Amino acid sequence: MAEEPLGRIRRIGFQTVVRREFSRILRIWGQTLVPPAVTAALYFVIFGSLIGRRIGQMDGFDYTQYIAPGLIMMAVISNSYANVVSSFFGAKFGKHIEELLVAPLPNWLIVLGYVAGGLLRGLLVGVVVTVVALFFTHVPVTHPFIVAGSVFLTAVVFSLGGFFNAIFAKNFDQISWFPTFVLTPLIYLGGVFYSVTLLPPWAAKLSYGNPILYMVNAFRHGFLGTSDVDPGLAFMIMGAFAVAMYVVVVMLMNRGVGIRE
Amino acid sequence: MQALSIRGLTKTYANGVQALRGIDLDVAEGDFFALLGPNGAGKTTTIGIIVSMVEKSGGTVSVFGHDIDRALDRAKTCIGLVPQEINFNQFEKVFTVISNQAGFYGIPRALAVERSEKYLRQLQLWDKRDTIARSLSGGMKRRLMIARALVHEPRLLILDEPTAGVDIEIRRSMWDFLRGINAQGTTIILTTHYLEEAESLCRHIAIIDGGRIIEHGTMSGVIRKLNQETFVLNFRAPAAAPPQLPGYAFRATDDHTLEVDVRKEQGLNDIFARLSQQGIEVDSMRNKVNRLEELFMRLVERRGG
Repeated sequence: MAEEPLGRIRRIGFQTVVRREFSRILRIWGQTLVPPAVTAALYFVIFGSLIGRRIGQMDGFDYTQYIAPGLIMMAVISNSYANVVSSFFGAKFGKHIEELLVAPLPNWLIVLGYVAGGLLRGLLVGVVVTVVALFFTHVPVTHPFIVAGSVFLTAVVFSLGGFFNAIFAKNFDQISWFPTFVLTPLIYLGGVFYSVTLLPPWAAKLSYGNPILYMVNAFRHGFLGTSDVDPGLAFMIMGAFAVAMYVVVVMLMNRGVGIRE
Repeated sequence: MQALSIRGLTKTYANGVQALRGIDLDVAEGDFFALLGPNGAGKTTTIGIIVSMVEKSGGTVSVFGHDIDRALDRAKTCIGLVPQEINFNQFEKVFTVISNQAGFYGIPRALAVERSEKYLRQLQLWDKRDTIARSLSGGMKRRLMIARALVHEPRLLILDEPTAGVDIEIRRSMWDFLRGINAQGTTIILTTHYLEEAESLCRHIAIIDGGRIIEHGTMSGVIRKLNQETFVLNFRAPAAAPPQLPGYAFRATDDHTLEVDVRKEQGLNDIFARLSQQGIEVDSMRNKVNRLEELFMRLVERRGG
C-alpha cells in the first residue's frame, strides 16, 4: 500500500484546522464580530465625538482620528488573544483536542493552525472596527505595508499569548485572569488614547517597557504617519516576540504540558 | 507483518503510580484482538501510549513497523482510535465532526465528504448528519466515534470499551459491523468489560493486571486453561428425589435446576448417564457464567491473593 506523503497530510491537516477555526468564528459571530463593533462605536461616541471635541488636536490630528488606529489595534489584540485562548482551552476542556493529538500532525503545525485562527479573527475584527471608525472620522492610510505588517505581527503575538495561557489554564477563571489583570491595563497604558509625550518623564520611560506601545504606535504610523516610537524598532520587537513565543509554545506542546500525561 | 509490536513497555506517572511494568505484546495484521483486565490494570495507559496521548517511561512500540519514537506521524496514520470517553466537539454538527477528522489525517476535502457519508450511512447516522452532536443519544455518540475513527480507513482500529452503556440491540449491531470491518482486513484491538463480547469477537487475547500481561494467546487456547466450569442443568420434570452425583460438587437450586462444578478431567457424559439412571431427564444446559469471565476472575483473584 502506497503511503501518503507526510507533507500533503500536513498541508490538508493545517487547512482543516484553519477552516474549523474560521467556521467557529462565523458560527458564534454574536460573540466574535458584533461586540468589538459595539465597543468601538461607544469609544468613538464618548472619547471621540463628546470628549474629543474638548481635547482638540493630538500630534496634529483630530482626536477621533488620532485614537482610531489605537482602537482598531485594541480590538485586534483582544480578539486574536481571545480566539485562541477560548478555542484551545475549550478543546482541552471538552477533550476534543484529542482529535488533533492522535492525528498525524506535528505540534508546530497544530500551533500554527490555531495562530492562523487567531490571526483571522484579529483581521476580521480589525476590518469591522475600521468600518465603524469610518462612520466617525476619515482614516488616511499613509504606509499600507506598515499597517499590514504591524497588524499581522500583533495578531500573531497575541494569538500565541492566548495559546500560552490556554496551555496552563485548568479552569475558565484562569483564561480570564490574564486578559483582565494584565492585557487590558497594558492596552490602556499602551498609547491607544494618548501620546506618551504628554506623560511625566518617569511615566513615559515606564511606558517604553510596554510592548503594546510599540504595536499601537507602529500601526498609527502606518495610518497617520505619526508615532512615539521608531517603527523599525517596533517591528524588531514585534518580530522577536512572535518568534520567541512560537518557540516557547511549541516546546511546551512537545513536552506535553497541559495536554498529555 | 505485525500490526502492533510492544517490547518492555513501562509507565510511571508523575504521582509515582507504576501503571505498566514491562509489557511485551504482538498483534498480527488482520487479527481481532482482545486486551482485557480489571479497572486500573493498565489497558487504557497502554492504548494511550500507542496513540501518543500518554508519554511512555520506557520500552518500544511500533505500529506496522513504524516505531513511535522515530516515525510517530507515520505510525499515527495507521491507527484509528475509539476512546472510552466521548471526545468530539459536542457543539459541531455530526457531519462536521467526521469530515474534520478526515482532514486532520490528510484526506482531501472531496474524498473526506464522500467517506463521511459512507461511514455515517454504515453506522446508521446519515439522517443525523446535520444534528448538533451533543443532542445525539448515548448509543449514537458511540457510533459516531466509530465512524470518526474509520473515516481515514486505518489499518489498525483500537476500541477502548466501545459498547459501554449501550443497549444490547445496538451492541449486537456494532459487533456485526466490527466483524465486517475485520473481515475486510482491518486489524482490531478491543478492550471491554463484556467478556462475552470479547469471546464472541476476538481470536487472540491478552489479559493485563497490575501493569503486567498475565495471559496471552489464542482465545480457544486461553479458555482451555480453565480447569473447572459450572454448568446449570434444567430438568424436564421435577426430580422426585434429590439427585446423587458422588465426586461432583453440586447444588440443587430448586426441584427443576441443578448447578454442577465440572473439572477438566471429568466429563459431562458421566453426569448425564448418572442422572438418567436416576430417572432424571435433562431438558437444557448452559454455563453459569461466561467461560472467559470465569477464567478472568480466577486469574485476577489468584493475583490479588
